[in-house]
Amino acid sequence: MATVEDVLESVTQKQASKYKTIEVQKDIEPQLDLGNLLTVDQNPLELKKFRADKEAYLKSQARDNTQLLFNAIWKLPTERVEEAICVKLPETTTVLPREKPIPKAKPPTRWEQYALLKGIQKRKKGRMVWDEESKEWRPRWGYKRANDDTKDWVIEVPGNADPNEDQFEKRMKAKKERIAKNELQRLRNIARATKSKVPGVGLTPTEKPSKEEVGLALHLAKKSTASLGKFTEKLPKEKEAKHVGKKRKFEPAIGDFKKEKEQQLNIINVMENKKPKLDITKAVNRVIIQQDQDASDERRKRGGKVKNRRGPPRKKGAGGFGKKGKAGKGKGQKGMGGKGKGKMGKGKGKGKGR
Amino acid sequence: MATVMQRIVKPKTQAAKRALEVRAPKLEENDKVAMFIKGGHTSETITQVLKELYLLKKPNAISFKRKNIMRPFDDQSSIEFFSQKNDSSLFLFGSHSKKRPNNLVLGRLYDHHVLDMVELGVVNFRSMQDFPTEKIAMGTKPCLVFEGEAFEQDHEHRRLKNMLIDFFRGVKANNVRLQGLEHVLQFTALDGKVMVRSYKVLLKKSGSRTPRVELSEIGPALDLEVRRTRLASDDLYKKACKKPKKGKPKKVKNVKTDVFGAKMGRVHMERQDFSKLQTRKMKGLKRQAPGDTETAKKAKTESSELAES
Repeated sequence: MATVEDVLESVTQKQASKYKTIEVQKDIEPQLDLGNLLTVDQNPLELKKFRADKEAYLKSQARDNTQLLFNAIWKLPTERVEEAICVKLPETTTVLPREKPIPKAKPPTRWEQYALLKGIQKRKKGRMVWDEESKEWRPRWGYKRANDDTKDWVIEVPGNADPNEDQFEKRMKAKKERIAKNELQRLRNIARATKSKVPGVGLTPTEKPSKEEVGLALHLAKKSTASLGKFTEKLPKEKEAKHVGKKRKFEPAIGDFKKEKEQQLNIINVMENKKPKLDITKAVNRVIIQQDQDASDERRKRGGKVKNRRGPPRKKGAGGFGKKGKAGKGKGQKGMGGKGKGKMGKGKGKGKGR
Repeated sequence: MATVMQRIVKPKTQAAKRALEVRAPKLEENDKVAMFIKGGHTSETITQVLKELYLLKKPNAISFKRKNIMRPFDDQSSIEFFSQKNDSSLFLFGSHSKKRPNNLVLGRLYDHHVLDMVELGVVNFRSMQDFPTEKIAMGTKPCLVFEGEAFEQDHEHRRLKNMLIDFFRGVKANNVRLQGLEHVLQFTALDGKVMVRSYKVLLKKSGSRTPRVELSEIGPALDLEVRRTRLASDDLYKKACKKPKKGKPKKVKNVKTDVFGAKMGRVHMERQDFSKLQTRKMKGLKRQAPGDTETAKKAKTESSELAES
């Protein structure tokens, strides 16, 4: 007589056998990167099965690996997003190179540094300001702004001003000057951030330069000749200026003893250093590269339509690694001099490209 | 320049500013876009391969219509130029010549300079049309399967595996719909050849919550042989793989979702006088000035008089 339990057991067994198993047997566990839905199977491929029926074998392998991946995915926590069941994938584990370099944080401007020093906080100004004239709230800047002085149809001439001066013109000019000054300061901040050179305060053009600024400009203009201003004639009433230009800073005679000792020892170390200032291997390599370049240029000139010519001339593309200074540094490169960097990189790149 | 606003020439319109911001280097990058380029001479196989892989990679793909005579291994400047213009960092260049039949060059760029390039030859190809089964929707994120010891042991194959993952992985996703895992791409490395197969996933009932996976091949099926490679030096590769320190995620303002899942935002308007709104003009409904109506009346009476007489 069959008991209830027996019947239930047989039913469950039947059900279980009706469905195919989701278990997969593998010698080496495949590595899973769920963030990328990736499975890497390192098990050796069974060549016999492969040669017997290629497509069937590949399909069975794919099925097994996908089953393992899905088993892992179904174990992840699920959530319901807009009537669909979603799974929250973990972070990817495969390291993939980026598309563009990481953005650099911009260095603080001169004002920002000062503000940091003094502890000045930025205060956010509201957009709307009360305009007394029109008795309503108007934007602080832009279209229909409050306290707009460009819309004045009458301007009082101040007591000390020239009666023939155009006050409206004066206002417009003052505004243009402010815009130019702002633009200059913005560009100067950018130049400082990218560490490129910018003319000093005395040389940038202003409406009314002071006597010292004119003097400085004149002095610099004189100095910027081939003979450093030795043979330029003086103007009739020009006095030779003393103490113009940057002042040299010297350390005090009796200052930091430790620092002085360090400096003197450094000098002696450099003198004692066995490394020659001229790196012979680098110099030789440079000559070889130059010779190769000359030879290839000559070949190009001569053999314009010769069969053996290889494609377009090698540009920096071949030595693309050279563009990135660090890439030029390989193994076995000792002490890169500042000048040698660029060309060495190119040399290395070419060597690899061949 | 750190940001778009730190450039020497600032963008004058919002659209220009937004376009520049999309292309600027960011902490969280965009999904990589691939360029599909045809060389000077191509065979039917190669054009078909390029077409089908373009369909797999859509919408993050650009297909070049014209043939471009260039040799990636000799001169990378044209590829770098294209990458700059299209803002894409992956490319697949197909060509055919007697010396290199059915040639594919798979490559990627870092900072618009070539990082890695691998030349593959298509030995066997079966197009998607040769498989009469039902296909999948465009843009599904595929599951990737790599088989074979070569992908771990050989340096070139390891890099190739990395490039294939980069190329085919699709959008970066945090959540995946369980029913949407439909596509499987399988790469098998054997004897210097790489076999590429593509399947559609059918989920069958199993005794438990996790379904049983069955596959049906949808194509394309490629047998590739690895020819030349131009891989990046280790330090350049390391530099490209550097991960930034994670900053605070940017808060998106003004976006809310309602009970039904619709995305909402608020638009703030000033007070309007609804009687003076600018709507569509309908000439017939135009209110005529009093002078006009009088002349109209006069004209009417005159015409009626004429009619009578």
